[in-house]
Amino acid sequence: MQLTLWTYEGPPHIGAMRIATSMTDLHYVLHSPQGDTYADLLFTMIGRSRKRPPVTYTTFQARDLGGDTAQLFKDSVNSAYQRFQPKAMIVGASCTAELIQDDPGGLAKALSLPIPVIPLELPSYQKKENWGASETFYHIVRGLVAVDKSISAQQYQENRTASKQEGQKPTCNILGPTALGFRNRDDVQEIQGLLESMGIEVRVVAPLNASVSDLAKIPAADFNVSLYPEISQLTSTWLNKTFGQPFTKIIPIGTKATKAFIREVAQLANLDPEAILASQEERARWYAKSVDSTYLTDKRVFIFGDASHAIAAAKVAAEEIGFKVVGLGTYSREFAREVREAAKFYDVEALITDDYLEVEQKVAELSPDLVLGTQMERHIAKRLGVPCAVISAPVHVQDFPARYSPQMGFEGANVLFDTWIHPLMMGLEEHLIMMFRDDFEFSAKAAPSHLGHGSPVENKRTADLVSDAADDQKSTQVNAEVFNGGDPANLWDAAAEKELGKIPFFVRGKARRNTEKFAVEHGISQITIETLYDAKAHYGR
Amino acid sequence: MNAIVDLPKDEISRTGKNIPIYKERGQREVFCGLTGIIWLHRKIQDAFFLVVGSRTCAHLVQSAAGVMIFAEPRFATAIIDDRDLAGIADAHEELDRVVKALLTRRPDIKMLFLVGSCPSEVIKLDLSRAAQRLNKEFLNHCRILSYSGSGIETTFTQGEDACLASLVNEIPKQVATQEKNLLIVGCLPDVVEDQFQRLFTELGIENVTFFPPKNSQQKIEIHANTQYLLAQPFLAETARLIEERGAKRISAPFPFGVEGTTAWLKAAANQWGISSDRFNEVTQARIERAKKSLERYVPMLENKSISFFPDSQLEIPLARFLSQECGMKVLEIGTPYLHKQHLEAELELLPENSRIVEGQDVEKQLDRCRSDKPDIVVCGLGLANPLEAEGITTKWSIELVFSPVHGYEQAADLAELFARPLNRSMRLAA
Repeated sequence: MQLTLWTYEGPPHIGAMRIATSMTDLHYVLHSPQGDTYADLLFTMIGRSRKRPPVTYTTFQARDLGGDTAQLFKDSVNSAYQRFQPKAMIVGASCTAELIQDDPGGLAKALSLPIPVIPLELPSYQKKENWGASETFYHIVRGLVAVDKSISAQQYQENRTASKQEGQKPTCNILGPTALGFRNRDDVQEIQGLLESMGIEVRVVAPLNASVSDLAKIPAADFNVSLYPEISQLTSTWLNKTFGQPFTKIIPIGTKATKAFIREVAQLANLDPEAILASQEERARWYAKSVDSTYLTDKRVFIFGDASHAIAAAKVAAEEIGFKVVGLGTYSREFAREVREAAKFYDVEALITDDYLEVEQKVAELSPDLVLGTQMERHIAKRLGVPCAVISAPVHVQDFPARYSPQMGFEGANVLFDTWIHPLMMGLEEHLIMMFRDDFEFSAKAAPSHLGHGSPVENKRTADLVSDAADDQKSTQVNAEVFNGGDPANLWDAAAEKELGKIPFFVRGKARRNTEKFAVEHGISQITIETLYDAKAHYGR
Repeated sequence: MNAIVDLPKDEISRTGKNIPIYKERGQREVFCGLTGIIWLHRKIQDAFFLVVGSRTCAHLVQSAAGVMIFAEPRFATAIIDDRDLAGIADAHEELDRVVKALLTRRPDIKMLFLVGSCPSEVIKLDLSRAAQRLNKEFLNHCRILSYSGSGIETTFTQGEDACLASLVNEIPKQVATQEKNLLIVGCLPDVVEDQFQRLFTELGIENVTFFPPKNSQQKIEIHANTQYLLAQPFLAETARLIEERGAKRISAPFPFGVEGTTAWLKAAANQWGISSDRFNEVTQARIERAKKSLERYVPMLENKSISFFPDSQLEIPLARFLSQECGMKVLEIGTPYLHKQHLEAELELLPENSRIVEGQDVEKQLDRCRSDKPDIVVCGLGLANPLEAEGITTKWSIELVFSPVHGYEQAADLAELFARPLNRSMRLAA
């Protein structure tokens, strides 16, 4: 059993639902108890879909368990087929139905429907949402794409080249975008536009908005753009092995990665990338270069999300904005190796976990200036009072915005710059708070004023403010105890404690930790004001 | 009204007024009882809700509540994994470990609910035994209770019923007779509770307790001299256990709207022998004020037709309020479960041509809805946007559970909840 306050991913059948809902004429019959229809509102509310997801649930209740749940499942498949007339169907079980073992695949097969019926085996107690989506996409593509076993991958590739007309554009598919994917709608628009401006024809985008017959056309393209490896890597690998279609490995998030992606694609399409590279306005890079951004240098950032977004964010943070990456992690165990590799660049140890509490503990230990994470890291950041921006699913309704807001491509880089900088206190305010911490309006404890919502102004006397600061410290101490099991508070003498309170809140945590570490390393049993400044001199700002 | 498509033909029972109650079975588009946690954790402020279930359960709760950013949520899930299922890990030992970790993290928690789910029920993990065992360990520090919020057993608000029932179960059955008291049963918003408290005090009913209490330490007395009023229509099991302790239910309509509230208060006043003069004196000004504020919304609702999809069991009282006090035409009232005794007084007040459907086959119900073309449809969030996209105005039903809607001062607010989408679709169409 795992204690979870928040879970990074849903169960695997949610992944299957994301594939079914992405597509236009595929139906999903899910053996599940009453109540599992909550998943519909992920799509209708969070994703604001105009349509109900194409999912029929058996919604069995306790009284059905005594009876024939297998028959209930068969009836559901039949009536779903009659009513919705899909071109293909997927069938499977949710976590509770997995326990009663009705074998949805076998039962559906026995009905001999005149359409392809693809059974899904999604082990709910071991695997999670992205795995479920990836697996479902793979099985659908395998189930719907005709393969001539007598033809090798290389022959397939040669046939494609041979059948090419003179002057015909190179072609590709975009694989991976799904319903409920973080910013997938706009990423597809951005990347499709980019590919087309390079003179590449995009044949099939899948699974998002693809039909069953679209999937059958996938092998006709020259190569695949695997946009979201969490969803599309398995399928892309199979397509490569079977049809000799190469696929892209670079995720075009950030200006540098986008340019590298353009070069990668150009090579696969046999094009010259230099014209398109020269024509781009790199606004995000200029913004980061402009002097207003100097104060962003070495801001300590903790990054967590799915593997692709976390790796990409770290690169942008370090190389394009000038942050210092102090932590990098992912909940995507399937891509743990990639994240570990990436973490080496920043000299940090990758945090591979799906345990929210472990992430929370890590953030508390590191006291970063900024957290780039998921909706879950927003809870952590609120608890610890750290600025935060969202870079990856899971996300909530506010991260399915009406406006155009890709993460990928050049416009994506602009969006990233604005989004990540916004929660930080702006330069002038940061300077003034360092100088004068007792201002009644712009207090060191307050949130950045450009975020516009502080507590109402009170004319507090300095004494109150000092005692507030003491309360503040007490609460961080409690946290420290919970997380570290020790009681570092005993180390501090009163004057040093008070001096620490004069350090602005957004660097105070780091100062506290550095000083304690310094004291421990130098065998100092009591931290004085002098120790505080010794540590500061030792570690630098 | 157009011809009714495919109304269930068998299993029809009738109310006292001869209104047919159709029973329907099929796909149900409803929440499970775990969702009750979303409001219960705010009501009982020192309680924590630990779901014992799968990742699906955790995902449900966070999808519903996760839009709020919590520094420290008062609910969590102990996710069963394959080691627990294979018997490699002893599920009870695992649960003990998780509970200990949780209570160490949150020493301020005084009451912990172990909430059962479909997976924990199917594998027959005995949470009541676990609660007993853990209670011994955390004696004088934290009370540990259990109830089931599983989808196979409970629908949405029935989760509250199961939770409150577990609280009643803890109250000892008393033999000695005590002073007469009035118990108001069902989770009410704080402001509504305070209003009712003032009304009862002014009427001269002294000994009034609200259940559930805001704080787990508050003692609740139930005995042979207790009379109780249900504030919510979905409390079948809670009521049964209260009656086991000798208390008597005061039959009344539910306190929605002016008429409902008056009848509800009157039923209690009669039991306490309050004179009509006194009753009128206390209620008259409030009735007039409520009616006056209701007048603003009645023209928007009058003669508009409405259908309810099953969700919370509030459907019948709300349909009564909307037809009786707002002049709406009720086409279909879907309800997940119908407790005939608790709703007796409500059913008497419904118009005779009402069509009540207990249970659900969502596709068929959607067919009926499309053919009925109601001016407004009350339904869950899984259906609301898709129906709006079809041009059907909706009122999402969950809000009715999350808003202060009981009592005089909220009568107009309740009407407004239905007038708002109508007003909005007119405004945006223009």
